[in-house]
This record gives sequence, C-alpha cells and structure tokens, in this order.
Amino acid sequence: MSEKNINLKLHIWRQESPSAKGSFEEFKVSVSPHASILEMLDDLNNRLEKEGKIPISFESDCREGICGTCGLVVNGHPHGPLPKTATCQLHMRNFKDGETLYIEPFRAKAFPVMKDLIVDRVGFEKIQQAGGYVSFNTGSAPDANAIPIAKEMADLALDAAECIGCGACVAACKNASAMLFVGAKVSQFALLPQGQPERYERVQFMVAAMDEAGFGSCTNTYACEAECPKGISVKNIARMNRDYIVAKVAKRTA
Amino acid sequence: MKLNMNIPEGHISEKWTNHKFNMKLVNPANKRKFDVIVVGTGLAGAAAAATLGELGYKVKAFTYHDSSRRAHSIAAQGGINAAKNYQNDGDSIYRLFYDTVKGGDFRSREANVHRLAEVSNNIIDQCVAQGVPFAREYGGTLANRSFGGAQVSRTFYARGETGQQLLLGAYSSFNRQVKLGNVQVYHRKEMLDLVLADGRAVGITVRDLVDGKVESFSAQAVILATGGYSNVFFLSTSAMNCNATAIWRAHKKGAAFANPCYTQIHPTCLPVHGEGQSKLVLMSESLRNDGRIWVPAKPGDHRPPGEIPEDERDYYLERRYPSFGNLAPRDISSRSAKYVCDEGKGVNGGKAVYLDFADAINRIGEDAVRDKYGNLFEMYENITGENPYKVPMKIYPAPHYTMGGLWVDYNLMSNIPGLFVTGEANFSDHGANRLGASALMQGLADGYFIVPYTIGNYFGSEKPEKVDVNRPEFKEAEQNVKDGTNKLLSINGSQTVDEIHKKLGHLLIDKVGMSRDEAGLKQVIEDIRKLRDEFWSDVKVTGKAEDLNQNLERAGRVADFLELGELMAVDSLKRDESCGAHFREEHQTPDGEAIRNDEDFSYVAAWEYVEPGKWNLHKEDLKFEFVELATRSYK
Repeated sequence: MSEKNINLKLHIWRQESPSAKGSFEEFKVSVSPHASILEMLDDLNNRLEKEGKIPISFESDCREGICGTCGLVVNGHPHGPLPKTATCQLHMRNFKDGETLYIEPFRAKAFPVMKDLIVDRVGFEKIQQAGGYVSFNTGSAPDANAIPIAKEMADLALDAAECIGCGACVAACKNASAMLFVGAKVSQFALLPQGQPERYERVQFMVAAMDEAGFGSCTNTYACEAECPKGISVKNIARMNRDYIVAKVAKRTA
Repeated sequence: MKLNMNIPEGHISEKWTNHKFNMKLVNPANKRKFDVIVVGTGLAGAAAAATLGELGYKVKAFTYHDSSRRAHSIAAQGGINAAKNYQNDGDSIYRLFYDTVKGGDFRSREANVHRLAEVSNNIIDQCVAQGVPFAREYGGTLANRSFGGAQVSRTFYARGETGQQLLLGAYSSFNRQVKLGNVQVYHRKEMLDLVLADGRAVGITVRDLVDGKVESFSAQAVILATGGYSNVFFLSTSAMNCNATAIWRAHKKGAAFANPCYTQIHPTCLPVHGEGQSKLVLMSESLRNDGRIWVPAKPGDHRPPGEIPEDERDYYLERRYPSFGNLAPRDISSRSAKYVCDEGKGVNGGKAVYLDFADAINRIGEDAVRDKYGNLFEMYENITGENPYKVPMKIYPAPHYTMGGLWVDYNLMSNIPGLFVTGEANFSDHGANRLGASALMQGLADGYFIVPYTIGNYFGSEKPEKVDVNRPEFKEAEQNVKDGTNKLLSINGSQTVDEIHKKLGHLLIDKVGMSRDEAGLKQVIEDIRKLRDEFWSDVKVTGKAEDLNQNLERAGRVADFLELGELMAVDSLKRDESCGAHFREEHQTPDGEAIRNDEDFSYVAAWEYVEPGKWNLHKEDLKFEFVELATRSYK
C-alpha cells in the first residue's frame, strides 16, 4: 500500500462555543489515499497539538459506519459526496490531488453547534423517548417463534431499522426536517406484529416530539434519502404519513 | 481481600433456579426507595437500566456519548447465540454450556456459564417482543447460522447488523423507562471515579464533557457496564472512545481485576494500511460460514490470487482442523494466520491472508451470497476499494474482545459491596477465549435477566442506606479528579497523547499479543514503566479543563491504559501455561497447539491494586464438576 500521498487544501469550520461566531480556517494537508477523512483529521489534530494549538473538535466512535456518531458536511454533502457512505467510511482515494475541501458541521436549527464540527442532536433522543418502543416488560415475552412473520415483512422492517440516527437526513433537507428518521422508526414497528397494539398512538407521540424539538416539515424533495448513509427509503415517510392520517381520522387521540 | 464466589449449592442445572428462590426480594412499593447508577448504555447497561426501571427502581444512567444508542455494542455484526434448538440439530442448554466452557479453554466458572446458557433462550424471546427484526425463513420462523467453535446452528442474526438491532431494542426499552420517569439519562458525562463510603460503593464522580464541570452522584448500588479494554493496543476493533477508565479507577479503589491477560485477537479483520490508521475494522466471523481461508502454499508467491491454481494454495485451517475447518475457534484461527504469515506465506509476503468466496458464489450464486453478507461486502469495498465478489478479501487478526475484566461473584457483584459489573467489563463467562456470538448473549443476559435479580437480593439482604453527595468521600473524589485533570494540562511536554498511545500499542501487540514468552514479558514490563514515566513528564495536552476538550479526555484514558498494560503483562508472565487466547511460546506441542497446565493454573487470577506497578494476586480456584477437563481439539 505505497501509493503516493495526495495534497489537499481544507477549509474547516471552527467555532469555540454555541454562542461564538464561527468561521472557516484553512489548512494544507498531505494524506495517504488509504486513510479515511477522519484519519486525515486525526493526523491534522496531532500536528496542531504538537504545535500547541487547539485541535479541531469532531465526533466519531465506531468508524465502521454503524454508530451514527460522526457526521460532517463535506463540500456541501452530509457525509461527503459518496452515496451510502458515512463520514468515517469516506476514504481519501475518492479525492484528487490538489482538491479543496470544505468541511462543516451538520446545519439545522434543531442541531445547534456545540464546538467546531460537533452538533447537539438531543432532539433525536426526545423523539425516540416519546414513542420509539414496544411497551412490554422484561420477562413477559412469548416464545420467539410463537408469531411467524413473513420474511418479506421482517426484511422491510429491518430496512427501516437500519437507520443509524446520524442526522444526515436533517442536514440534507432544506427544511431541516427529521421525517426520514422518524418515519424509519415508525415503519419498523408498523410493519411488525409486535408494533400493532400501540401503532397509532406511537406515530402521534413521535410526530409531536419531532415538532416540539424544532425540526421542519417535509416537502418531498427526497434529499434525505439521497444523502442517507444507509439508504433509508422515503417510502418510510409515506408509511408514517398514512398511519398519522389514519390515527387522526379515526380520532385515536394520543 | 477475600474472594467469595457465592456459587449456589446443587446440581449445575438447578443452581440458578434455587438461587432465584432463595434470594431476598424487595417489596414492589419499596423499590422506588432504591437508587441505582448504571454507567454505560450498551447492551449490558441499557438492558439493566430498562429492566431495573420496569421493576420500579430509580435509575440514573450515564454515557459519555450524545445518545445512549451509540455504545459500541452497536457494531457487533454476526449474531447472538441461544440454545433454542429451532434447527433440530441436537442443541441444548447443556451443549451451549459445554461449548462455551470448552471454547473458553476451561478457564471460566462453570456455574456462571450454565446460567448464561439457561437464560439465552429468554433473550431471543425478549428481543423479538421488542420488535427486533431478526432474519427469518420464508415460513416466518427465525433463521439461524453457524459460528466458530460450535457444530450446531444456534446463532440468531439480523444481516450483519445484529448488534445494532439488539442495542436499538434495548435502547427502546430504556427510552420507555426514561419517558416513564424511572430512568434518568445523563449524556456526555464520563465517570472518572468510584466513590466508596463505609466499604460500599455509593456513587460516582463524573466530568461533564461539554463544560468540564466535575460533580458526583450517589446511589445504593453502582453498575459498571462500560465494555472492554482492547483499545489499550491503540489499534483494535473497539470504537475510538472505548476505554478502561471506569473499571480501572474502580480497580484502584479496591475492585479486583481478573484475568487481564485474556485478550482476544479476532481472526477476520481488515489488514493495517499504514501508520495513520486509527482503528481496525472487523469483518464478521459469520463470513467463515461460506468463505474459505487460504494463503499461497509457497513463500514468495506474489501472483494475484486468481492466478494461483488450487493445488498451489494452502487452505491451512481446513488442512489442520478438518472437522471444524474454517469455523475453528477464534484464538486458533488467529494464531494459525500469524504462523503462515510469519512463514512468509502471507499475501505479498505481508500480514494478510485470503478469505475467498469463489466457491460459495459457484455453489449458491452471487445473489444468495449478497443476501447473507451484502452489507459486509459493501463495507469491505468501501474501505479497501476492492470488490470481494471478484477478488478474495484480505484479512488479518486484530485485538477485539477482552475476556478479562473486573472480578465478580455469581451475583455479578465485585469484591466491593454494592459495585456490580456486567457485560464485557466483567471477567465472568468466557474464560480464556470467547466464542463468536456470545458477547451479545452475555451482555443481554447480565442486563435483562441476572443483575436485576441479584441487585434486589443485595438491597433486600444488606439494606444499604442512601448516602449524601456532600459527604467528604465525594468531595475527596471530586478533588482527585480535578487534580488529575490539572496535572495533565500542566505537563506541556513534546509528545502528543496519540504518539504515546501508539508506542504503548506497539509494545503490547508485539509482546502481549497473539504469542508471549517470559523474556519478552519481562522486557515489556520495563518498557511500559519507562513509557509511563515518559507520559507523565513529556505529554502535551492542549486546551482547558472547563471546556469541551477531547484531547484531555483521551489523555486521561491513555494514562489508565499505561497502568493496565503493565498489569496485562504481569498477568501473562504469571500464567506460565498456554490457554485459549493466552499463548505462551514455552508451552506448545511440536505442531504449535497450546498446552494447558491444569495442575498449577486452573484458577482465576484476581489482582488487587496496591500502588502503581504493584499488585497482590488472589486466586479463585476453578472446579470442573460437570464438564470434564480435556484438551481442546477441533481437529
């Protein structure tokens, strides 16, 4: 693995605190094409620390594209220009020598910047706490094979459940809507027999919490699906809307 | 220090049942008078917090993440074991128990492992009821796959994202309790000390990772569910933030650390690409169901894999272990890869072997392979830029799971009353080697089905009092945390935290990795001590204490790794035998198989902290009454 390093010019968003005014800071780096973009930032931070400067704050954890912690906007795209790829999986071989990258945090009213590239996504927590569960206590479950579930339905539920909760859908949306995120969770349960008893209450609770947290409305641009690192389908939004309407029409008040 | 295992009397299959009956209960109306702190919100933590909340206890749950869904349990890929015997292939609780004890190379506690096997089936029921979308057959029943070290299909899975789905299940139950007010969740707070009063664990001291504020929380019991310590190696499959600080600081407050030398090197990870690499990525062991592992038969054969004919390939696992083949346990598979690469037969002479799906694609077709492993193949292509449907994957072993951890009794309580330890953070169930798909099982078993009972027994029998956070013990802990932080910031040396962490990683992987020997271990203990001095005199930590400061967070964690690393070497040196993942060069058969020494080493090594670089060893003798001690054979 000895291909030559590539040289890049970076414009990285720096912001000391939520209330401080942020701006782009320029850096020049030389990076291995096999490194991920976060490893490039690790290396840059190591350099800054050595020089006694404050390193760039950014979040990441699993670096396998599954935990949803990382999320940078790279050249205008949440998680960068590659489809179905989380930031941590974005490798530098996808960029050309001499290129300029703009690296920013996710931008949304409901995701205030905490420092540099870190945003506060606690709104997502509030939505999940509002109804993202099946109400039953440990110990009361019947045998796992007691209710057969058609493979197709289980697969569809898993397609929805693959959401990693990163917030790219919100960052991609011009309205900063969280409909894809909420739709995915609502759909997972709506597709499974275990989710039926609370199906219509759940959708109302979760949508109310979404509105409460300051996320915008959906205007069907599908930017969320295009930028989603897991390729979550906008069909989940349709499922959620259908359930929401049924809930309201049937006056199942929550 | 006295170790009391508290293993119940009776036949192995009756111990847990008897114990559940004999344990003290807490009246439902009294449960809300008991506060429990849970540190960590992965499988073991979220499951415990949710279940304790359901029972009516008041739970405070802590995570250093922005969300309780981010814990590294989420990255587990392959699956979760259970003795359901849905495949009608001869599985049973006893067989899962037996396989786990054998897989752990007879260095685990029989009673705990049997209980794990007993509750394994409840876990699957629980997860399905939560709406976890497990893989299913066309008839609607649950699907299974096989994992290493077992000859039955008992692994339940959700594509290659089983950990994610199980964690989201636990997270959903957890969230329900948050909404109901039984669980209070604290995000972005890192535990930096355990607080003891009158010999009991009564609370924790945390640093807020946003504004640096140091504060304490009290409770009548503390559960540490803070995961493993593989990041001591710098490069491992653990997430970037995984660390040993919570368990290490508890250790320094008196909790015994058991079997630190048992660290699992996972056989199927992506090879290292260069010095700038930040972590290693695991490819699920489930790939070994259909992938065949091989290297060129002759050293120096650098042809592309497609040009190497069948008879010039060495399918070394199939050759050496014909009955288990590519599904040999992890320790054996890893060591075998190291041997062939040390012989110069690795891909291009380097540290990599092939994991080849050509046969599977011929047999069941590319679509069927995509259906089973699609997301793993995508991940591989994302990272390496190579298409594994066309060219074999390249893999190499990497530090993954740590079987060692804080010592616990049968009730999952450490030797400090009131301090419980669950999941990977404890040492309890996997002996010297963990079998695939057993980590998810243990985390959820501990969290859903074990600690909620045993903690009630502690409350019911010991009746611990509430302790005020204004007591001097808390103030002292807060001052220690602040002093530690200020010390790190004041050194202002020339090396970064990562530079020193990488040095530690190189020392450990070289001398306390896949194979170990006396001379190397003695040397590495000296080297780690020197490196620790280097850290405390020459590290450079930037920024302020009262701010979001990731550099400072990492520095504290590496400071602890520099002490833990030494204990791993000390334990490896003391354990003068080969067992499971702990392989001492001095103890092997002529063809490189491990030689255990049951006469002298059939014990759990529980280390008591005395002062930096000094520990006292306490031994818990392991008795095998129900499984006959035997030499492991997977041939």
